[in-house]
Amino acid sequence: MPKTLFDKIWDAHTVTPLDDGDTLILIDRIFLHERTGAVALESLAEAGRTVRNAENVFCTMDHIVDTLPGRSDITLMPSGTDFIRSTRRAARAAGITLFDLDDPRQGIVHVVSPEQGIALPGLTLVCPDSHTCTLGGLGALAWGVGSTESEHALATQTLRINKPRNLRVRCEGLLPAGVTAKDLILHLIGRYGASGGAGCVVEFAGPAIEALEVEARLTLCNMAVEFSAFTGIVAPDAKTEAYVRGRPYAPAAEHWDAAVTHWRTLHSDADAVFDRELVIDCGALSAAVTWGTSPQHSTTVAGCVPDPAAVADDNTRSAMQRALVYMNLQAGQPLRTLPIDAAFIGSCTNSRLSDLRLAADVLRGRKVAAGVKAICVPGSSLVKRAAEAEGLHQVFIDAGFEWRESGCSMCFYAGGEAMGYRQRVISSTNRNFESRQGPETRTHLASPATVAASAVLGRIGEASELLN
Amino acid sequence: MQAFTQHSGIAAPLLRINVDTDAIIPSREMKTVGKRGLAEGLFAGWRYVAQGSREPNPEFVLNQPAYAGASILLSGANFGCGSSREHAVWALVEYGIRCVIAPSFGAIFHNNCIRNGLLPIVLDDAAVKSLATATPLHIDLATRSITTADGRVLPFNIEPAHHLMLLEGLDGIGLTQKSQALIDAHLVRDRAARPWVYRR
Ligand code: SF4
Repeated sequence: MPKTLFDKIWDAHTVTPLDDGDTLILIDRIFLHERTGAVALESLAEAGRTVRNAENVFCTMDHIVDTLPGRSDITLMPSGTDFIRSTRRAARAAGITLFDLDDPRQGIVHVVSPEQGIALPGLTLVCPDSHTCTLGGLGALAWGVGSTESEHALATQTLRINKPRNLRVRCEGLLPAGVTAKDLILHLIGRYGASGGAGCVVEFAGPAIEALEVEARLTLCNMAVEFSAFTGIVAPDAKTEAYVRGRPYAPAAEHWDAAVTHWRTLHSDADAVFDRELVIDCGALSAAVTWGTSPQHSTTVAGCVPDPAAVADDNTRSAMQRALVYMNLQAGQPLRTLPIDAAFIGSCTNSRLSDLRLAADVLRGRKVAAGVKAICVPGSSLVKRAAEAEGLHQVFIDAGFEWRESGCSMCFYAGGEAMGYRQRVISSTNRNFESRQGPETRTHLASPATVAASAVLGRIGEASELLN
Repeated sequence: MQAFTQHSGIAAPLLRINVDTDAIIPSREMKTVGKRGLAEGLFAGWRYVAQGSREPNPEFVLNQPAYAGASILLSGANFGCGSSREHAVWALVEYGIRCVIAPSFGAIFHNNCIRNGLLPIVLDDAAVKSLATATPLHIDLATRSITTADGRVLPFNIEPAHHLMLLEGLDGIGLTQKSQALIDAHLVRDRAARPWVYRR
C-alpha cells in the first residue's frame, strides 16, 4: 500500500497498537530546556522513576538565561536563577547531556538540535516546547509535548498517541526573490486560519519546498504549531544529507551509508493518499507581516489593515475587532505607515546564520532609524561565533543593533527583560499574542529581511524599498 | 491523577477564539519551578486591572458575581493553542476548573488536560454558546452527556483512550510499563535496523 512520509515514520516507530485505540510510539530523542526541564525531571524522580535511556536525552539553557554580555546564573527574570540551577542539578542527577550556560554549544533548543545532529531525518523527537515541530524541516517527526508526557517519554522511551491525519500543503511554483519561508508560512496561516492544520501532520511539498535550503525548511516547520498542526515535515533530500554530514551527533562513519539509504526511502509515495490537501501558488507571494494578535492576522507588507466589518463569521470578526483595539490600529491603514519603536531579530524561527546574513544584507551601510531600539540575538552560541567569523556582527553593530548572547531572549516575556509597555515591535519571532514580548507590547511578525528594513525605515517596510 | 466521573457546576463563558496558553497563564506568572502556586496567575492579563496588580478587573467573566465559583469554562475554537506549557492546565485545575467546553482545542493543551484530570469537551460553536445561558451544568463522563439547567441533554464524543484515562484517573507511565516486553523487543529489532540511532 502506498504510504505518506508520515506513515512511514509512524509505522517504523510503532511498538504496538493499544487496546484503547492509541498507538505506543518509540521516541528516539528527548530534548529539555530550563523552562520546563527541571519540573519534568524532578517530578519523575519524585515518583521514584528514572530516565530510561539517558544517552538520548539532551538539555539546554535558553529560555530564561539573560542574553546580555557577561551573563551568569543571576537573571533579570526574578527567580530565573532557580530555574537554571534546578535544571542543572536535575540534568546532572539524571545523567543526561547538558549544554550549560558556558558551553560553546549552548543555544535555543530548536537551533541546537539540528546544529548538533541530534535531530535527524526519520527520527522521532519530543521536547516540552511547542516549537519542536521546527525539526520537521530535516525530515524528523518532532513535536511538542507537556511536562507529564515528557516524563512518560523519559521513563519509557515511548508515548501513547492517537494517530494524527495526513495533510499535504503543495507549494507550487517558486518563491520570488526576496520572499522567504517565513513569508510563505505567514501567508498559509493567514489564508487558512490558526487552526487550519488541526489534528494533522502537515507535509510541505512541491517545487518551492525543494528549492528551500534546510535552514529555511526549519523556519517553515517552526510555525506549523501556529497552524495548529500536530507537526510539520519536509521530506529529506540531498540538501538534508549534506546538512547533516559531519555534525557531532550525526550517524557515525560506519553507519553513514546505511542511514542515507534509509533516509532516501523517506518520502511520500507517488500515489499516497492524504486526508486533506492544500495548494499554494508560491510565485504570487510577497513579503508578509502580521497586524493583529494571532498569526492568522497576517497580510502583505504592501497591504492594509483589514476591515472586520467585511468578515462574515462572528467569532473571527470579534477577534479581529479586539485585535485592532489591542494593536491600536484602524481598519484600512496601510501597514507601511506604521512607525515602530523596536525591531527584534532572533528566536527559533529566524536566528540561524542564513537569517542573519539576510538581515545583514539589508543593513550593510545603513543605519537604524533614530529612536528605534534594535536587537539581534543569534540562535546559538555557534551561530554567534560563525556570524562573527564573517563579520556580520560588525554590520549589525554599525547599523545600530545590539549584538547579544544566544537565547530565547525577548521572543517571550517571562518577567525579566521585555519590550516596553505598548511598544510597537517588528519581530522575526513566531507569536504575536497579547503581551508575548512585554507588557501590552504590540508585535508584528515578519521575516528577518523585513525586520531589518523596517528598523532602517523606522516604520513597517520591506527590503525592496531599500535595495532597489 | 484525579479521576473524572461526574461534575456539576457553574459554566463561565469566555467566548473568544484562539485563547492561547500565554493568555491562560502568562510566562511572567510562572515564577517557580514546580506545578503549584499558579492559580493566582490564571488569565492574569485579563483578570486584573493592570499588569503586576491583583485588583480584579470587573469586566472579566470570572470576576463577575454570576460566575463566582465557576468550575466549567466555555470558550471558542482553538482553546489552549500556542505554548506547550502544562502550567496552563495546572493553573486552571488549581483555580477549580474541572471541564472546558469548546469547538476545538490546541493539541498539546488537549493532551495535557487528559493527563491532569481536566475534561476537554468538544461541541460545535452554536452548542457551546447555547450552554452560556443554561448554567449550572451537570456533566456525566460515563454516559458522555451534559445536562443543562433547563433540562436539555447534550451528548459529546471523546476518544476511547481519553475516556478511560479520565474515568479511572489512570497513570500513563504505569499503563505503558505493562508493555515493557514489547518495548524491549522493538528496541532489539530497531537497533539492528537503524544502528545509527543508538549511540552506545
Ligand atoms: S525562541 Fe521563542 S518560540 Fe523559540 S523556543 Fe524560545 S521562547 Fe519558544
